[in-house]
Amino acid sequence: MPKTLFEKVWDAHSVRTLANGQTQLLVGTHLIHEVTSPQAFGMMRDLGLKVAMPHRTFATVDHIVPTDQVSEPYADPLADAMIKELRRSCKEFGITFFDRSTGKQGIVHIVGPEQGITQPGTTIACGDSHTSTHGAFGAIAFGIGTTQIRDVLATQTMALGRLKVRRIEVNGKLKPGVYAKDVILHIIASLGVNGGTGYAYEYAGEVFDRFSMEERMTVCNMSIEGGARAGYVNPDETTFSYLKGRPYSPKGAAWDAAVERWRAVASDPGCTYDDVVRIDGADIAPTVTWGINPGQGVPITGTIPDPTKAATADERSSIEEALAYMKLKPGAPIKGTRIDVAFLGSCTNGRLSDFQEVARFIKGKRVAPGVKAIAVPGSQGVGLICAELGIDKVFRDAGFEWRAAGCSMCLAMNPDKLIGDQLCASSSNRNFKGRQGSPTGRTILMSPIMVAAAAITGSVADAREVFGVSAN
Amino acid sequence: MALDKITRVAGRAVNVPGNDIDTDRIIPARFMKCVTFDGLGEFLFYDVRRNADGSEKPHPLNEARFKGASILLSGMNFGCGSSREHAPQALQKHGIRAVIAEGFAEIFLGNSTTLGMPCVTASREDIARIAAAVDADPNAEVVIDLVGKKVTFAGQSAAIAIRESARDALVNGRWDPIGELIDGAPAATKVASGLQYMSA
Repeated sequence: MPKTLFEKVWDAHSVRTLANGQTQLLVGTHLIHEVTSPQAFGMMRDLGLKVAMPHRTFATVDHIVPTDQVSEPYADPLADAMIKELRRSCKEFGITFFDRSTGKQGIVHIVGPEQGITQPGTTIACGDSHTSTHGAFGAIAFGIGTTQIRDVLATQTMALGRLKVRRIEVNGKLKPGVYAKDVILHIIASLGVNGGTGYAYEYAGEVFDRFSMEERMTVCNMSIEGGARAGYVNPDETTFSYLKGRPYSPKGAAWDAAVERWRAVASDPGCTYDDVVRIDGADIAPTVTWGINPGQGVPITGTIPDPTKAATADERSSIEEALAYMKLKPGAPIKGTRIDVAFLGSCTNGRLSDFQEVARFIKGKRVAPGVKAIAVPGSQGVGLICAELGIDKVFRDAGFEWRAAGCSMCLAMNPDKLIGDQLCASSSNRNFKGRQGSPTGRTILMSPIMVAAAAITGSVADAREVFGVSAN
Repeated sequence: MALDKITRVAGRAVNVPGNDIDTDRIIPARFMKCVTFDGLGEFLFYDVRRNADGSEKPHPLNEARFKGASILLSGMNFGCGSSREHAPQALQKHGIRAVIAEGFAEIFLGNSTTLGMPCVTASREDIARIAAAVDADPNAEVVIDLVGKKVTFAGQSAAIAIRESARDALVNGRWDPIGELIDGAPAATKVASGLQYMSA
């Protein structure tokens, strides 16, 4: 019987059915970082447990590392302590640690693919909800809590219920100036922030077939913002050519065998999905959020919703709550909203292609007076290539601060924070209240090119107009 | 380790209304700078409960009449966003022992269950009835019955739903799966040995 990729991978990693009906699922690859793992190591020590398969866990630091200071001790003693704690735990339990000294450090969801650790047909878990990113390679990747990190460390398995699969097909062609970020913001706005609860999303169609791996990662990254715990794209030649030659990719004869396995893991023609959604790529516009969850988005040409015109009482109150927080006026165009900060980076949009694309357009331009603009490469590797290509210089010349790798202002656990009610044009993934470090700080999510357009004009802008696009 | 069989949770309730209450709101990221979960309870819902100077804002959890409540009521998609276990940990350390909402985000639901904190759903109308009852009498006892799948309060009752795997784990005292997972470790090793990419 034809099967989906999800079913194949799930079945290949099922160990047994637990008493409560959940599956004991083998976790092929476990990724950890400094913020959600220390308590798990503490539990391991308390219970006297050993790491079952230390060669299948990989660590890095991203959430709390400063991006304006690279030598230790870090100014924030708590951050410094957490990083040292991870270093100690990795040493004690024999886990590979991509520390800053290795030159391979970065956001965990950027490092895994970059190193070739993220591979098709595998199961991946990490104590971070954006682990769905790795699904871009045809892996089933889950965000997990700290107690589950303990479970994976101790047994390389976890208890999980099987998900349903919704195929989301985006066909046709994207219009110029429309990017992967717009595709996922559009999907979330269409299906809702909890539309994916209980599902894994399979992204497919002509648009995904043409997408690069980095574009696929941007979309899979935000699956959780639509409520889907996992999201994936079937592996194809694009996937294989990305992985070829990476440090952890198979070599020689093993490579050929791996590609054969990877091809076979893709969803079979004629397989059954629990749900199918079809979207015309031409219907997707550059999309920006106006509210306090990632589903509250509109095309850049659109207006801020008016709660009095809401279809339901629920919608009305959620618009009112969002607008009160965002200090935005109902019915006004979203375009032209003044910004204070522009943030380019994160596990959603902190990859080489994001900086390359923006660099094409900001060359010779300047960040608007009064706007603080920061660019944060997602990994040391991305930063290095940007430096080799002179991209960092383009950003600096345009008035951006160019930083060291980390999560930075996406969740603002390091010193990169909004102040007061500053409004940030951000390439990150969450616009929740207080997300960017100030309890009253405001976030508008958008694609990197739109962040650049906002930085240069000082307000939310249509990048197609600002840069005279014909982009992509 | 023997775990409690959680068949019912009884206590006073507090309503924190709203849909899509995310885990950043439940516990802002800056309070995750810690290597243990101890002490997270005081930072629960910090930014919606306190002003920048630490003074209290109007919030149900700040009301004296709801102090000591152990059941939290809320709306749709409760616990969405980040996978941080710090969110259910903060609730639990604050004294919350169960959540009744219209719906839960997936990861939060799993994390909470593993901590032995039931997350049950009820209809909006029924949650409004419970909220009205505890508003009228904050000392009213609310009882979540995981066996009978109902909640009783102030002489009334309402149906609740809970994912069967979670209910089973709670009522049979196997909500922390570590023991079972360790028992399955030899089988896991066998499955891993058949997967090329997992070989050492």
